[in-house]
Amino acid sequence: MFDYDFMVNAFAAGGIVALVAGAVGFFLVLRGQTFAGHALSHVGFAGATGAVLIGLPPLAGLVGFTLLAGIGIGLIGDRISSRDVVIGMVLSLSLGFGLLFLHFYTSYASQATAVLFGNVLAVGRPTLWTLGALGALCLGGLAAISRPLIFASLQPELAEAKGVSLKVVAVLFLAIVAIAVAESAQIVGVLLVFTLMVGPSAAAQRLTTRLSVGVALSVLLALVDAWGGLTLAFYTDWPTSFWITALSGLVYFATALMATSPIRPARP
Amino acid sequence: MTAIACDRVSIGVGGRTILSDVSFAIAPGEFVGVLGANGSGKTTLMRAILGVAPTSGGAIRVFGEPVRRGNPAIGYAPQGRSPVLHGRISGWDFVASVANGHRWGLPWRGPAERADVERALHLVGAAELARRAIADMSGGERQRLLIAQALVGSPRLLLLDEPLISLDPRHQQAVIDMVRDIGRTLRLTVLFSAHEINPLLGALDRVLYLGGTHAAIGSVDEVISGPVLSRLYDAEIEVIRLHGRIFVMSAGHDLEHDAHRHDAHGHDAHAHDAHAHDAP
Repeated sequence: MFDYDFMVNAFAAGGIVALVAGAVGFFLVLRGQTFAGHALSHVGFAGATGAVLIGLPPLAGLVGFTLLAGIGIGLIGDRISSRDVVIGMVLSLSLGFGLLFLHFYTSYASQATAVLFGNVLAVGRPTLWTLGALGALCLGGLAAISRPLIFASLQPELAEAKGVSLKVVAVLFLAIVAIAVAESAQIVGVLLVFTLMVGPSAAAQRLTTRLSVGVALSVLLALVDAWGGLTLAFYTDWPTSFWITALSGLVYFATALMATSPIRPARP
Repeated sequence: MTAIACDRVSIGVGGRTILSDVSFAIAPGEFVGVLGANGSGKTTLMRAILGVAPTSGGAIRVFGEPVRRGNPAIGYAPQGRSPVLHGRISGWDFVASVANGHRWGLPWRGPAERADVERALHLVGAAELARRAIADMSGGERQRLLIAQALVGSPRLLLLDEPLISLDPRHQQAVIDMVRDIGRTLRLTVLFSAHEINPLLGALDRVLYLGGTHAAIGSVDEVISGPVLSRLYDAEIEVIRLHGRIFVMSAGHDLEHDAHRHDAHGHDAHAHDAHAHDAP
């Protein structure tokens, strides 16, 4: 399997993205902001197709658009009651624009599939370097804000009183999420970002109550999903993104069943 | 030196005046119950003391210094609305998140921080809750963790916002006794807000009663009286003492009891008449 350059590149890209998606996704689930993550990926669709239309690499458009949208969602804050409606409207508006850009771009079929469902097997060396640099930026940023991020996520009113700026933390975090979403979209496509960013994290949070263990477990599960999916795709010739979603779903629902089984200690 | 000094303080939220021209002083080590109906400004006052809610007039000083956000001398337990109260987060992580939680960087907890968290958990008798998930805990256990969070960083002033809400009478008494003991042992000043005065009667040094944008402070007998509360609310208020319990009535309604029912269970106004006849 590793005799092929494209498989080596795909494993490297999958590894980088799993690391980022697992870690960032854990906090996304912890903060209950998975819908924002989902919306960001759709905004990325407009970005990627728009970039292709004007002759730029799709990843540039993805990162640019998701970053802007992430900062925007962070600035709205979560005290606005209609926040989810606003996010949902931006989401569908972005998909509409994406469709328009594809309409103008004549040979759109394969490009659209790649953006929507990912094309990890086509990742080349230059893209790999970009993914690595963005991934390092993401993880570095997450490490820098993790202490106030955890405080603000677990007890926002106390964090505010103790001097944490909830808005600054929210905006920085969603900027990091935006980059992680753009990275994940490169592997599994904008429609399936949930599978890498939310599946492993949600499963990890069902398996442990410790934050540190949870982040590690989330990264580990994301790696299993990504590399397992690539391996299965190589031997079956079915799409990689399908296998990644299948593994992610399998792990998530297995942990969900475990969590509801009578083995779990009952509430005292 | 006073622990809290409010000098002619006015606070408005969203164009509505919550407190106007309120003055009072609280001495170090006092256990003060903050009473008043819903929307009377109990939470807003605490947020103003924390420097989170801006005042529109007057000055608040905490241990002689003007209020500022992030004052390490103050511990705070907000009304139990943490977004993760139903999450699978361990008690330890929940409390440890407060230790220097405002600093940037990775959340590695050093020995001093770990000792601080252990101490806070120990004070509220929650050492055995450290490994359990918050979602699996009872209301009383969660409340103990919220108070442990407030104790992290060794504050000298505790602001506890409605710690009795949605607890049954037995657990209410346990929380009150625990807070009073911690306050006495560590010589903390405690502001403890509640809907109802009765559970707190044995523990309080003084009462701060908020109503009609005004405040009255003093002993229970001084403040919870018909004339004082009538002046606060600018309405006819009657105070009835029965078997060691106190009922605050307005035109036949039990004010405190109504407020409590209303908030905890979302009962509508029609349900109120019956409560005035609730005997202890």
